[in-house]
Amino acid sequence: MQQYASQIHRCFRCGYCKFPTDYSSFNCPSYRRFRFDSYSTGGRLWLIYAWLKGEVEWSEHLADILYACTTCKNCTEQCPMKFAGDIVDWIVGARSDMVEKGKIPPRVARFFEAVHGYGNPLKLLRSDRDAWADGTKRYEPGDEYLFYVGCLGSYDENAQKMSKSLAELLNKAGVSFGILGSEEECCGNEIYMLGEMGLFQVLAEKNTQQFKELGVKKIVTLSPHAYNVMRNNYSAAGANFQVYHYTQLLSDLIKKNKIKLSQNKAKVTYQDPCFLGRYNKIYDEPRQILQSIPGIELIEMERNRQDAFCCGGGSGNFVMDLLAGSEDSPGRVRVREAYETGADTLAVACPSCLTIFTDAVKTEDLDEKLTVKGISQIVMESLSSK
Amino acid sequence: MSDIHEDLARIVGKNWVSSQKEERYLYGRDPGLMPPHEPEYVVMPKTTEEVQEIVKLANREKVPVVPKGAGLSLTGLVIPQRGGILLDMKRMDKILEVNDKAGYVIVEGGTTHATLKSHLMKHYPHLRHSMPDSPPIATIVANAVIHGQGRLTQQHGFNSDMVSGLEVVLGTGELCRIGSCAVSQYWFSKGPPMPDLTGLFLGWFGTTGVITKLGMKLYPCKKIRDAMMFLTDRADLVPDIMRKLGRTEMMEDIVSSFAPLPLRLKGNFNILIIITGDSEEEVEFKRKMAWDTLWEYFESRDGGFLSVPPDMKPALLAMPSKDTTRFADTSKGGGFEYSGPITPIEKYPEFIAKLEELASKYKLFYASSARVIDGGHSMMFSFSYTFNRADPDSMVRVKTALDEAAEFALEQGGVIWKPNIDEQKMVMERMDPNTLKLMMKLKELLDPNGIMNPGNWEAK
Ligand SMILES: Cc1cc2nc3c(=O)[nH]c(=O)nc-3n(C[C@H](O)[C@H](O)[C@H](O)COP(=O)(O)OP(=O)(O)OC[C@H]3O[C@@H](n4cnc5c(N)ncnc54)[C@H](O)[C@@H]3O)c2cc1C
Ligand code: SF4
Ligand code: SF4
Repeated sequence: MQQYASQIHRCFRCGYCKFPTDYSSFNCPSYRRFRFDSYSTGGRLWLIYAWLKGEVEWSEHLADILYACTTCKNCTEQCPMKFAGDIVDWIVGARSDMVEKGKIPPRVARFFEAVHGYGNPLKLLRSDRDAWADGTKRYEPGDEYLFYVGCLGSYDENAQKMSKSLAELLNKAGVSFGILGSEEECCGNEIYMLGEMGLFQVLAEKNTQQFKELGVKKIVTLSPHAYNVMRNNYSAAGANFQVYHYTQLLSDLIKKNKIKLSQNKAKVTYQDPCFLGRYNKIYDEPRQILQSIPGIELIEMERNRQDAFCCGGGSGNFVMDLLAGSEDSPGRVRVREAYETGADTLAVACPSCLTIFTDAVKTEDLDEKLTVKGISQIVMESLSSK
Repeated sequence: MSDIHEDLARIVGKNWVSSQKEERYLYGRDPGLMPPHEPEYVVMPKTTEEVQEIVKLANREKVPVVPKGAGLSLTGLVIPQRGGILLDMKRMDKILEVNDKAGYVIVEGGTTHATLKSHLMKHYPHLRHSMPDSPPIATIVANAVIHGQGRLTQQHGFNSDMVSGLEVVLGTGELCRIGSCAVSQYWFSKGPPMPDLTGLFLGWFGTTGVITKLGMKLYPCKKIRDAMMFLTDRADLVPDIMRKLGRTEMMEDIVSSFAPLPLRLKGNFNILIIITGDSEEEVEFKRKMAWDTLWEYFESRDGGFLSVPPDMKPALLAMPSKDTTRFADTSKGGGFEYSGPITPIEKYPEFIAKLEELASKYKLFYASSARVIDGGHSMMFSFSYTFNRADPDSMVRVKTALDEAAEFALEQGGVIWKPNIDEQKMVMERMDPNTLKLMMKLKELLDPNGIMNPGNWEAK
């Protein structure tokens, strides 16, 4: 990441990164929202380079532009250049420079303060972290899985439904697992993406230490964000456990017939979360789960899998919402697209997508027509009584 | 906030105008090598009426207006030489009509090639347009404005030849329709049988008006496309080879490339031939035509067909070709620029010699591709050199080489394509004086206050 300053001039500003593979629409959420070239990947990289060269001074507007990137990695997928895989690292690198210099937008600063002070970006009490859990067992050494719930799954009213249904499903399937309850700490994915490397290190080390002390070998996460960061960014903190996203586990349990499903008639479309899809190439398991439910018709949105359009919630935007406030906000664009498929349900595998889309369907007046649900909720509703 | 900013915000809405440093910085430069100059305002209109209002405001305030598509012409044509209002046209991005029977499409002034390509693939898979190899964000109007060339140029001429009508906001703010659409609801002809007035706007780089709608001819999209590659190491044979292929009237596209990499092809001229057909028989027939046409070179051992491995074909057939863009990162410097004179095909050997001479003189990495235009009446020959954005010296060297290439092209009887403001002066200096006078009179008529992309096509 430190390399970004010596590499960032390589962006040609060709704009391939604005599109999905078939060029059907704009797929960089911040460019789609604001439409000035400054909010596209290339514009952002050129402005960072200008800032490094001293041709543009820091301003709140510059920082807003930098932080309006949801780190969705569409650009990485589409950029034709050899450095494509590094683009998001460059953006994160520039953010971390801004953080070090104390020059960040107020909303980002508040996000850091909340995580630092409360262990979650919502500024809610640590002691309430397991208010949703309703008797769900605490992790004990010897349990096969640690169910890492994450901040939204713990505190957000809608996301809690995802957590509850997952805990119930795991219990029904006889999986040995436990949660950390009020001992759970923010995973740090957003902190990393927002460039607060000091705080990220503290979180990664604290979590790793705690997992080690408890003898955790396998972790299953509700959120793709936590899955991503624990799988890909915790190694420096000495992490040596296996991490699964819950859709991987559920798909496996269904295949092994440990979860039996019955008829659930619905037309469902599915949102690939960036941190599951583009970051970790998990595209099939969530679909396999949905397709294994009798009665469910899975209809794809035009932009799917590696071309999925980000909900706009990445990089802390599920809280900060730097892309909100317009019919061009990614969440609103995406629920319209979901509705146009003819689906009655928008299935999500990520609590950030859930919160963003739940708001978006209301704003778009689609809440009567399109229900947003976590895959764990859909599976729970489809359980066979036999 | 200035009055002009507020007026612009009233016209387009406050979210679609910026006079902040970041936007001014970015819209004050393109990926090429011309020196930057910032606009005072960046505006994104959505409708023709908004464009009219902006141009009227600019006339009142005597402020320049510079229309911009994707800014990928690379020669600084969208750099606001005198500041003013930069019109980012890309919010005017609709496809207004596809007339399947008459074979044309009407698009707005900022619709991208990407949008049209994906729209046709989805809704009219039997139709296509002439896609250039520029990155897909390039706009259809701007490409026609600079007389671009695309995948159908070999068969049908410059992309601007395929224009079938315009709607233009003149430099005065008046609205004008050009072509059959001026008298009919159909956009099938850009002029004939009336005077062809598109010439007042195409090639003018936005100095005579802002095009808000454009009709573009569509062509059959054959079911099968295939790529053939003919190699020769003799530059002197390339003109004949390209001409003979063009005269078969059967090839979709003919492009001769020359570059020092990949090493296995070094020293060779790689002539890419794209053929299409609705059946295997049709494709096979065209394949045979290409073979028969070039058989003599095979017999004389001057060239031969390279068997193109299947995994290479998608890249060769891709529209646009991502490889063309990738060239910018060959030396990990993020930049390339090309001078692309339009010239008779017979000049190919001289141009190749110059390409290499300049590369060695200025220590540059180079490539060239020459696309046959309109069956062989001319070609676009690119002198392409990479530079490193972090190395100002490399940028100066490329710029100097390209200046020399432009001078050379003119000496050889070529005409510079999408010339930068300095090259425009070189062209105008050589131009028949009465032609130049006519150009200037027309410009003054259409833009009496000289507010439209000033600095371009300026004789004084
Ligand atoms: C890698 C690469 C490959 C390329 N390959 C090709 C190719 O194969 N064929 C080809 O033709 N070109 C090619 N180009 C050149 C160029 O990118 C294209 O011609 C492109 O279509 C230009 O469109 P743009 O939107 O970027 O134009 P811009 O640079 O934005 O504008 C070009 C001119 O049009 C004017 N203009 C823009 N919009 C309007 C309007 N609405 N009304 C009036 N004037 C307007 C501008 O003021 C400017 O003078 C290539 C470029 C690159 C970088
Ligand atoms: S990031 Fe890649 S695709 Fe995007 S503008 Fe830069 S070079 Fe082009
Ligand atoms: S990561 Fe996503 S939001 Fe950020 S620049 Fe790339 S495409 Fe745009």
